[in-house]
Amino acid sequence: MSDDERIARETVAKVSRLARLALTDDEIDETTAQLAKMLDHFADIDALELADVEPMTQPYPLRNVFRDDVERAVLDRSEVLAQAPKAVDGRFEVPPILGLEES
Amino acid sequence: MSGTSSDTFLIDGADGSYEMVVGLEVHVELATATKLFSGSPNRFGDEPNTHIDPVTLGLPGALPVLNRHAVELAMRIGLALNCTVQPCTFHRKNYFYPDMPKAYQISQYDVPLNVDGWLDLPDGTRIGIERAHLEEDTGKSTHVGGSGGRIHGSASSLIDFNRAGVPLVEIVGRPDIRTPEQARQYVNELRAILVAIGASDAKMEEGSMRVDANVSVRRPGDELGTRCEIKNLNSVRSLGRAVEYEARRQVALVEAGERIRQETRHWDEGDGRTHTLRSKEDADDYRYFLEPDLVPLDPGDEWIETVRAGLPPLPAARRTALAETTGAPADGEAVMVVVDRDQDAYVLAVGEAGGDVARALVHVKEAYAEQGAEPTVPAADLAALTTMEVAGELTATQAKQVLAEIVANGGGDPAAIARDKGFEAMDTGALEVMVDEAIAAQPAAWEKFCNGEDKAVGALVGAVMKASQGQADGKAVTALLRARRG
Amino acid sequence: MTAHDVPTTAIDIAAAVRAGIVSASDVVERHLAAIDAHERDVHAFNRVLADQARAAAAAIDAAVAAGDDPGPLAGVPVALKDNLCTRGVPTTCSSKILDGWRPPYDATVVTRLAAAGAIAVGKTNLDEFAMGSSTENSAFGPTRNPHDVERVPGGSSGGSAAAVAAGFAPVGLGSDTGGSIRQPAALCGVVGVKPTYGLVSRYGLVAFASSLDQVGPFTHTVADAAAVLEIIGGHDPMDSTSIPEPVPDLSALLDDGVDGLRVGRITDLPTGADPDVVERVEAAFDALAAAGATIVDVEVPAFTYGLTAYYLIAPAEASSNLARYDGVRYGLRVDAPDTNAMYMATRHEGFGAEVKRRIMLGTYALSAGYYDAYYGKALKVRRLIADDFARAYERADVLLTPASPSVAFAFGDKTDDPLAMYLCDTYTIPSNLSGHPGMSVPFGTGAHDLPIGVQVLAPALHEPTMFRVAAELERAAPPTPAPRMIDVAVGGAGSAR
Ligand SMILES: [Mg+2]
Ligand SMILES: [Zn+2]
Repeated sequence: MSDDERIARETVAKVSRLARLALTDDEIDETTAQLAKMLDHFADIDALELADVEPMTQPYPLRNVFRDDVERAVLDRSEVLAQAPKAVDGRFEVPPILGLEES
Repeated sequence: MSGTSSDTFLIDGADGSYEMVVGLEVHVELATATKLFSGSPNRFGDEPNTHIDPVTLGLPGALPVLNRHAVELAMRIGLALNCTVQPCTFHRKNYFYPDMPKAYQISQYDVPLNVDGWLDLPDGTRIGIERAHLEEDTGKSTHVGGSGGRIHGSASSLIDFNRAGVPLVEIVGRPDIRTPEQARQYVNELRAILVAIGASDAKMEEGSMRVDANVSVRRPGDELGTRCEIKNLNSVRSLGRAVEYEARRQVALVEAGERIRQETRHWDEGDGRTHTLRSKEDADDYRYFLEPDLVPLDPGDEWIETVRAGLPPLPAARRTALAETTGAPADGEAVMVVVDRDQDAYVLAVGEAGGDVARALVHVKEAYAEQGAEPTVPAADLAALTTMEVAGELTATQAKQVLAEIVANGGGDPAAIARDKGFEAMDTGALEVMVDEAIAAQPAAWEKFCNGEDKAVGALVGAVMKASQGQADGKAVTALLRARRG
Repeated sequence: MTAHDVPTTAIDIAAAVRAGIVSASDVVERHLAAIDAHERDVHAFNRVLADQARAAAAAIDAAVAAGDDPGPLAGVPVALKDNLCTRGVPTTCSSKILDGWRPPYDATVVTRLAAAGAIAVGKTNLDEFAMGSSTENSAFGPTRNPHDVERVPGGSSGGSAAAVAAGFAPVGLGSDTGGSIRQPAALCGVVGVKPTYGLVSRYGLVAFASSLDQVGPFTHTVADAAAVLEIIGGHDPMDSTSIPEPVPDLSALLDDGVDGLRVGRITDLPTGADPDVVERVEAAFDALAAAGATIVDVEVPAFTYGLTAYYLIAPAEASSNLARYDGVRYGLRVDAPDTNAMYMATRHEGFGAEVKRRIMLGTYALSAGYYDAYYGKALKVRRLIADDFARAYERADVLLTPASPSVAFAFGDKTDDPLAMYLCDTYTIPSNLSGHPGMSVPFGTGAHDLPIGVQVLAPALHEPTMFRVAAELERAAPPTPAPRMIDVAVGGAGSAR
């Protein structure tokens, strides 16, 4: 695959929306070119035979790690809210919620 | 039009009828002391943002550690719903929303804890359970400055993270429900099970149990139709109304030759309709991947069997037991209510104390059902009361008054209370005097009664009851009057 | 005794402080003076914690005076990478998006160091969110290499490496996701250790790539690195991926030598290392052989695919880990008429170019339709790499490679080409993917008389063997030159032992 086929500009634009990064048109162009070049480089693994290989997600095989259902100290609300860009009535304030998925 | 019984519900079209197909997704908050991945309290109704810690707030550097008790409660749910409990993993579900602190929800994806179970409705219908998985709850947004707290038109939103990270089990039912009544029964039965096993308080009004309904319609026997998901179902009653409204809306669309769009809809209790919330056409891309901050969960046979062995008898089995002992029908109102309010053991205890369980069932249904709490009256007192009643020493009306007194005092000897209230069984002589007086006072009624008009006895009995201030036994009075007529 | 007599290694400082020979306050003043003299040239720190350090030193001195145990690292100044949470002290990750954020809690490693008597003297510069190999991607300007201030210190933990090299602190903490401790250690001429994944708690380390990140020390000596790792390592119930075992005893083994150990040479190692680097690695093999080790040839065929697997996996995890920087609860917010626009504007403004590039790459690699081709495939390659290492470790106790393909390079050399920068981590990345430990030990100099580090790799939890080999290399190494920005009369922080 050549650089310009590796990733489409529209894909990059869609990914930037998914990632909530407001890229300018120029930045999208630039990112498209850079990602294409990287993906081209990353094509070295395309030739590997991986059908029977188990994916590895964590380096050290642990299982069943738990904590007991016991209360621990909570954070001080005023200390936390003092860090917030905006807080009202003990809560974090955000501008109107539009264009977002409620799940 | 349509049928209304619980086993058929068909919506007529111009050319044959349609059936509704409903699958319910129920989120329940688990009754743990702390959150799913941190030690902040899991408690409803406190000051906003007081149950917060680095994990709950998604602070940089914070890491989740799984609450063992939450896993155990989730296993109880799975086992109570006849699921297979299996080794499983956690995934991140990535999406941005201000009440989602990390911008991802830790949930279970392709390998959930519980799979492939079922729930039997009281009417006998078996509803499949696809899965019941563990996940964390979000915070709560309050929209201010708009009309009626709605998101549209609001000036800003305020976020409280007390609920964020509270352990949830999402129970995904298969689309096996065919009537609004079955939908209601499913939620009621599920709630009864969850409460019985101590997994959740399952209060729809407080949001500790949240129901979404997937509704589609089809000609019986056809493939599944396009479904719409309905949110904001805050009561069992809303659920029944909403699925019925939605099914009819879809049938109307199909009949009009229109296409049903897959979308999420919002139930408006005010106007009794569902409204488009958002279209699913630009499908979400949640970029699920295995949560690298957690390790796999493998409950293992030993733990599973310990949890299974520790499960209490479930509501259906308790209803059967209660029905057998009392002779009342298992799906009758009295048995349903008494088991739902956790009073069945009490009724059975009355029987063990030598009382009459059938009478006790009725009393408990009436006296304790509203309280929804453990009765504080010793079972022996209720047993004694039922015995007096069955022996005819107290009328039903008198027994009710005595019981009210016993409940108010947290116990008491029914015989003594009856005596204090002057509820001695009226001697026959006194009753005969009253009957004579009633006949004398209402000669017209007496004549009609003597001419075979049985209905006329009511006026005479009523007069006796009045004269005795409710203490006469109605049946005994009727018997006396019949005897007089000859 | 005067401040000039303050020892330069952590072990010696702690011994002197515990014995009452030197006060912790003298130790701190000596290091604050070095910072005062040279920080403007080096820019190792985002923030120097002078007052806090003086107060901590006074407390140590009081403990010593009272006859209480001040801890095994009593009075030892530590430079903390600014992606480790410190309660009440700004923790920026060298990003505008967290500028001014004061965490309400301490990272586990920070708590453990303090409990051992160590004293935090500052938060060090890094590539933004640890993404980079030169510390040029900092929102607060680059750190300069104390050995040549026209050159980079490496990265992403360049600030901690430079702080130790410059004598600002005998101990630095860094984080290593793809080489971010070992590569700057090599470029700055200090010891740098990436422990086995899970040996050191990640609680309070601001995540870059969760399945790869590990915290580890920078020190002048192998013995100091062992002493620090013994403090910060070991099980932490706050980190589910923390291995539930105590940290192995390392300090006791350092003089055991390498007689009988098998040292592996990877015959199919990716090429691209500069000749001066290759020469020093060969010299290291010779030194170990001379000390009684057996050199064996091994193959790690998938080593060469590490870069690709890493640059798909790490950005994927990062894209999710960095999604929380949304302007709602802490850090930067750029106002906008609705929340979604606020997200877009805040993240565009708050993140630097390299961070955005990796978020884009990672979001893409995870997105619908591309997961299998990129992220999913990379996870399988990761398995191949781990399997290849496992086979190699059947034949060798440790492996030796370059830590960095070159000595420190000049500012701007690689900033135009992300891929060129990524190649800096060719030799370090595979052990992050496999979760194995690795460390860089200074072993002489190369071009421009700049330091070169040799990397020792070992199987999971085989830190004891790794440290034995590192100690042998240290004994055989030519002296590291003193940093050129340092007035040797004041410092003496340059050469080890
Ligand atoms: Mg769902
Ligand atoms: Zn859910």
